[in-house]
Amino acid sequence: MKDHAALSEEFNIDEPRVNWHDETLWFIRQKRDRMAHGIPEWEWLRETASQIKNNVLSNLSAYLEQFEINALANGITVHWAADAKEHNEIIHSILKKHQVERMVKSKSMLTEECHLNDYLTENGIEVIDSDLGERIVQLGKEHPSHIVLPCIHKKKEEIGELFHKYLGTAEGESDPQVLTEAARQHLRDTFLTRRVALTGVNFAVAETGEFVVCTNEGNADMGVHLSEVHIASMGIEKIIPERKHLGVFLRLLTRSATGQPITTYSSHFKSPRPGQEMHIVLVDNGRSRQLGREDFRNSLKCIRCGSCMNTCPVYRRSGGHSYHSVISGPIGSILAPNLDMKEFADLPFASTLCGSCSNVCPVKIDIHDQLYKWRQVLVKEGYVSNVKSVSIKTMTWVLSFPALFAFAGKSGRWVMKTLPFLVNNKLNPWYKSREMPVPPKESFREWYAKNRGSK
Amino acid sequence: MTSSREKILSSVKANQPALKPLPQLELPVDVNLDPVENFTLIATNIGSRVFPVSSFDEIKEAIAKLFLPGRIVSSFTELADIAEIRLTDPDPHSLNDVNLAVLQAELGVAENGALWLPEDKMMQRILPFICQHLALVVSKKDIVRNMHEAYQILGNRNPGFGAFIAGPSKTADIEQSLVLGAHGPRSMTVFLID
Repeated sequence: MKDHAALSEEFNIDEPRVNWHDETLWFIRQKRDRMAHGIPEWEWLRETASQIKNNVLSNLSAYLEQFEINALANGITVHWAADAKEHNEIIHSILKKHQVERMVKSKSMLTEECHLNDYLTENGIEVIDSDLGERIVQLGKEHPSHIVLPCIHKKKEEIGELFHKYLGTAEGESDPQVLTEAARQHLRDTFLTRRVALTGVNFAVAETGEFVVCTNEGNADMGVHLSEVHIASMGIEKIIPERKHLGVFLRLLTRSATGQPITTYSSHFKSPRPGQEMHIVLVDNGRSRQLGREDFRNSLKCIRCGSCMNTCPVYRRSGGHSYHSVISGPIGSILAPNLDMKEFADLPFASTLCGSCSNVCPVKIDIHDQLYKWRQVLVKEGYVSNVKSVSIKTMTWVLSFPALFAFAGKSGRWVMKTLPFLVNNKLNPWYKSREMPVPPKESFREWYAKNRGSK
Repeated sequence: MTSSREKILSSVKANQPALKPLPQLELPVDVNLDPVENFTLIATNIGSRVFPVSSFDEIKEAIAKLFLPGRIVSSFTELADIAEIRLTDPDPHSLNDVNLAVLQAELGVAENGALWLPEDKMMQRILPFICQHLALVVSKKDIVRNMHEAYQILGNRNPGFGAFIAGPSKTADIEQSLVLGAHGPRSMTVFLID
């Protein structure tokens, strides 16, 4: 299993592509800034959203029960899934009950987390993802590299090739307008012929038992309103207490995500239409465990806008797939170790701890602090590779002896000056893609002693 | 055997921190902002066409100019001579060939150009999504400043389904190039009526 560093190295082979990826995401970050700066009460909104989510996490069990009562009264069937396996089995049982072998699905990172598509495919059920970006990665047999922009890593020429192969567009066609039109025709046929549609959930309101799904394309609505059965999968942390709180979150979500004032569609589902069945699956899958980790529970406040990815200097230059986890980037790096510390032990280290993620987060999650805290937990629990933990331990030891630190610094500078080939080689990861700097003649401490120390 | 429901709820209850209070939603309202003017500006920015009108005759004239001939469906009896105002087939698939739907929005939101369309004004849930072009009629006095005001007016009213709709269906999934008309309407027209 390759770690973040190894996967980033692969992504970094094509330098112009890295630059393009970096600039595209930074462009979205700038759009987000323009939107945020246009709202004088932006910081009030962030603070209010953060406090609402703090309240939700502190009273989640009661809100879940309240939501269930109201949803049932509205005519929605409510299911509870302790883990991914149970979630997938529930979906499968609904499909079996209706003797359906084909399903259309709009964006749901939770179903990615549960590997629903693989599970259903193995059970002979075809799933078509209807969000354009998700359909593209599905055709390419990949996974989304970004939670809001699933195929942000792909060039239009590559998408054109996939569409030529699977949707019959002309060879070499790469115009986004033409490709989107081809997808529109292909997916309209899908919407019209599927009897079951699955969607994710952006917010579920405890007070009213309704849930809100946000899309720009209208794909969730096209699937659902043409179907006989609507299944919505949601993580238990998606609950908000009252309907008026939607005002706060809908103002923040899309401005943070893509720099739009709101998504084209914010659909409020309260009850099935006559003759239709509506199911909601409430999924835990480690969330209640994360709730118990005091240092990390705030990660459950996330509303999945992706702004921490767009701003992250590491994400922008390493690509979403380098995180080898369903949710990539800074927020993914604090969510993933909760699911599997061993498999995702490298992710909290894939950060410079610059704090830009925490600064843009619309619900004020202390993302970079949590990355730092995960590092400590992971080292303590023995999940960090020997090289890294030995060098951290050595550093701790050296730093605790000032004389040794001074000597080590002096020897380092001597080596870089006298024997540069010892550091300018491929064994030193810092030498990759950069020249080592000319070593300073003296350390700061030596300079200080000479120039300021005597005063 | 305990059910997953009990298992999840007891685990959540055991792990949730001490109760933290809900914040007040005191709305910092910008009183200098002109709702209609701002709505028009933002709605235009996100790809809608906005026309102030004073009568349904003006709306009819605009429709004749803006749209190619095709199936028109509307909930307005005033448009009975150019549109189907009653849907006889309850099957949503029967609306796949609708070119234009003209419906009444309950309110519009100045800060983001969105309009609230509840199910009881949709004729059928699928209609505002499946049509090739969507036109919404909203009264100028029903334009509010922001989402807080919108939810204040709506309260908990939801006839079963409702949506804020802001502009035409769109995607930028291919290299961030904006394309209008992803799966839903290719265009959105707003008639602001006196």
